[in-house]
Amino acid sequence: MSKKNWPLFEVFIRSRQGLSHKHVGSLHAADARMAIENARDVYTRRMEGESIWVVPAEAITASSPDEKDALYTPADDKVYRHPTFYDLPDEVKHM
Amino acid sequence: MEEQNMMQRFDDYVADNKKIEPKDWMPDAYRKTLIRQISQHAHSEIVGMLPEGNWITRAPSLKRKAILLAKVQDEAGHGLYLYSAAETLGVERDELLEELHDGRAKYSSIFNYPTINWADIGAIGWLVDGAAIMNQVPLCKCSYGPYARAMVRVCKEESFHQRQGFQIMLNMAKGTPEQKQMAQDALNRWWWPSLMMFGPTDANSPHSAQSMKWKIKLFSNDELRQRFIDMTVPQAEVLGLTIPDPDLKWNEERGHYDFGEINWDEFYNVIKGNGPCNKQRIETRRKAYDNGAWVREAAVAHAEKRAARRNETAAA
Ligand SMILES: [Fe+2]
Ligand SMILES: [Fe+2]
Repeated sequence: MSKKNWPLFEVFIRSRQGLSHKHVGSLHAADARMAIENARDVYTRRMEGESIWVVPAEAITASSPDEKDALYTPADDKVYRHPTFYDLPDEVKHM
Repeated sequence: MEEQNMMQRFDDYVADNKKIEPKDWMPDAYRKTLIRQISQHAHSEIVGMLPEGNWITRAPSLKRKAILLAKVQDEAGHGLYLYSAAETLGVERDELLEELHDGRAKYSSIFNYPTINWADIGAIGWLVDGAAIMNQVPLCKCSYGPYARAMVRVCKEESFHQRQGFQIMLNMAKGTPEQKQMAQDALNRWWWPSLMMFGPTDANSPHSAQSMKWKIKLFSNDELRQRFIDMTVPQAEVLGLTIPDPDLKWNEERGHYDFGEINWDEFYNVIKGNGPCNKQRIETRRKAYDNGAWVREAAVAHAEKRAARRNETAAA
């Protein structure tokens, strides 16, 4: 049988009910089901989570670091999107 | 951007304590050095399972067996985190394993010493994991993101390793005279190799300066070794055991312990492959990998069958 490398999966774990899944690492597995089993063994040995997502690494589309300027600088000069931009009279105690 | 500008930006970035991520531009030498360092580290984790694995079936109690099993399982996990970090730099795990199995890659020379009595398991946890922690904690802040994050996970799991080892030593040191003698004997054999874990002296460590500039090494070998000694001597006193170094004594002026000359001939000899267990370790690794081939193949066949069945159901 020819040698086939197991594909790479990225692992995401929800540490507690109410929180979102967070990337914790990656592993190789023959398929998604095995990836879940292996993720349980390596990433949740100390009750680090209660829900696991595994995603084939090749299914992820990432932005490129070269696009950083084009993507994120337009937000630089829009300080009015932050509440601290607005001065309130002292009389207003809570807003 | 031209190469020189990229290099300037990379250097500024690292100097600023920012993290480099897999898709960022990095100099070739940085990538190569990291692949070597991280994979050596990964190899050390999994070869490190072997001396301790030797005692899982012979642990003196069920509790001890469960603890040792959990510890060795952690080390397998550490190997996985580190291989994954190395893979983000564009190498395949199988290539790295091949390098380990055909002797091209190195791993920590400490694992080429035998574990001949139960106290050795105590000494390994206390000293070897202790020295590893000393090395690893600073790396949580290293410049390469995936490596730093892997080290955070490793360090979190590592602290129980050292404590369980110390507890074994404590039990034996406070036990019968024979048990205490076994603990002393283990300390005698593991002390010097543990000091060697920090690598050659700074004077004989030619690549350190570059690695420190790149922040993939944060303290020098001699600095870390000194810290380890300063931390460990008082612990040996608690155990009531004697560190096998007649030159070991507190230096008020330096605020550190002075210690005797390390046998560097032994160190280089073990690295060259002539330690007591080098051959056995690699043979065991290779055998485990080869004997596991059918499992890996069967898992792929099973996955393919499962996928085909899913497609059938979807088409029906
Ligand atoms: Fe480890
Ligand atoms: Fe450990």
